[in-house]
Amino acid sequence: MSPELKGLLLVGTLKVVGLFVALMVGVILIVWVERRGAAMLQDRLGPNRIGPFGLLQNIADGLKNFFKEEVMPAGADRVLFQLAPLLSFIPAFLMFAVIPYAAPLPGFDVTLPLLGRVVYAGPLVMVVADLPVGFLFIIAFSSLAVYGITLAGWSANSKYALLGGLRASAQMVSYEIAIGLSLIVVLLIAGNVPLGEIVAFQQQAGWFVFLATVAYLMFHVSAFAETNRLPFDLPEAEAELVAGYHAEYSAMKYAIYPLSEYAALITMSAFITTLFFGGWDIPFTTWDERVATAWSLEAVLRFALTNAVFLVKTLFFIWVFVWVRWTLPRFRYDQLMFLGWKVLLPVGLAYIVIIATTILLLENAGVPHDLRYGLVLFLVNVPLVVLLLWGLDRRRVLKGTPRRVRVEA
Amino acid sequence: MAIGVKVMRRPELGVSYLRATLKGMAVTFSHFFRPKVTMQYPEQTAQEGFWSLSPRWRGTHRMLTDEQGRAKCVACGLCPQICPANCIKLVPGEDEDGHRYPLIYEIDEFRCVFCGYCQEVCPEEAIHVGVHYENAEYDRERFVYDLERLCAQTHPVSSLWDPADPKGE
Repeated sequence: MSPELKGLLLVGTLKVVGLFVALMVGVILIVWVERRGAAMLQDRLGPNRIGPFGLLQNIADGLKNFFKEEVMPAGADRVLFQLAPLLSFIPAFLMFAVIPYAAPLPGFDVTLPLLGRVVYAGPLVMVVADLPVGFLFIIAFSSLAVYGITLAGWSANSKYALLGGLRASAQMVSYEIAIGLSLIVVLLIAGNVPLGEIVAFQQQAGWFVFLATVAYLMFHVSAFAETNRLPFDLPEAEAELVAGYHAEYSAMKYAIYPLSEYAALITMSAFITTLFFGGWDIPFTTWDERVATAWSLEAVLRFALTNAVFLVKTLFFIWVFVWVRWTLPRFRYDQLMFLGWKVLLPVGLAYIVIIATTILLLENAGVPHDLRYGLVLFLVNVPLVVLLLWGLDRRRVLKGTPRRVRVEA
Repeated sequence: MAIGVKVMRRPELGVSYLRATLKGMAVTFSHFFRPKVTMQYPEQTAQEGFWSLSPRWRGTHRMLTDEQGRAKCVACGLCPQICPANCIKLVPGEDEDGHRYPLIYEIDEFRCVFCGYCQEVCPEEAIHVGVHYENAEYDRERFVYDLERLCAQTHPVSSLWDPADPKGE
């Protein structure tokens, strides 16, 4: 085996294992954040008995789930019923593969015990798979997640689960359109799909949250629907559908669903961070953009700091997901469809036209892709956001119950 | 008969869902820093004054005793008579001076509905329901309290509702 191949395998293995472990631990921590956060927002304390601050509560819950009985509902489709949790679990973890999480480290050429000489040339990019298809990969796999939920609802031979599954499929397909439209705007501005290049563009021209604010708002709203979280958690809707699509699951097969939901939550937060908030970019400095060619304390420090910044941003969005969940009530189903098809879709299309026109003018004027480019786009966005918040928003986004007259019986 | 439907007339100008959402999030976030209402039960108990039970709380029973440490009960049989759950077992006895006393006095706390009638009916103020809630046992048989056990209880007893003083003042 050549030293180069060894280097490739070593780096790949370390990244995959490291990220998987980080995500699994992350999920456990996020469940803790959710439960403690929910409690704090409701003037309670939340789980605080097991481990320091209750941190080991979820490990205890996981262990409990391992020892519980697996129930197979009568008349269930056995194969699909077993398969569905995996179909929901795997995409949630795969999506993170294309998200860059830190500044690149320099390559190396070292001799290690057991492995011998190991060579990795060029900058060591901090992303598991630096795919040229970029965020299209994420869209593809977030669409796959709907199969896990729909099949779970369908195969369980239960009316509540089936209703949950149906709702999930309709909801996720509807909101994928909004996500796609908002990502087209990002693609138009950045000119390419790999997330590394999108981060690099944001370092030059400014974060996309300022350059494409409306797209960001659309994406964030749709992200709630895609992860089935509270204002849009109709597939679960425990008040109406027991537990929705996973009503019939028990033991570890059930536990997989919250696990993949929280993994998808982390991925979505990381995705929002990368697309709209500069990824691992440290604001107001260009120090983090330099690519180190040789190993130095500075290179390691840059890696650590950018990674920390990425984590802080991602954690903030995770917290926003938790925060919104314990603030907003659940939408009615027709309101959900109304928002997706009659608001987000036309707004997205109109926004694409406006941004595309602006970009065409900017490119024709020969404006370089730096802060000036960003400033023009920002100035275009300001009136649009004002219009959205004070014009379109009023009374039309969500319709209340239609007025009823007195009914004579 | 007409069904009245309340029509919400929301002000058109003030209605905004995005801004209302942000306002709601500000409200929930302010709760993050407010004092928490959770009571840390095994560490903080009513006995230590972290919260208080009502003086009219009706918990597990207690038999009061006289100066010689004997149960005040005279085995009149009123409490098993009035008990709606039929949970009191009383076998009366009589000593050589003609004083009646309970040979067997058992209360099945599983059957008891904690109505407090036994305390109300008792002419000697002997049997009481108690202001007490920690009753866990490892064995079902342990929930049948015998006379010795009832006399050994030390928790405060319930004060009954007084029709002349309905608010307990």
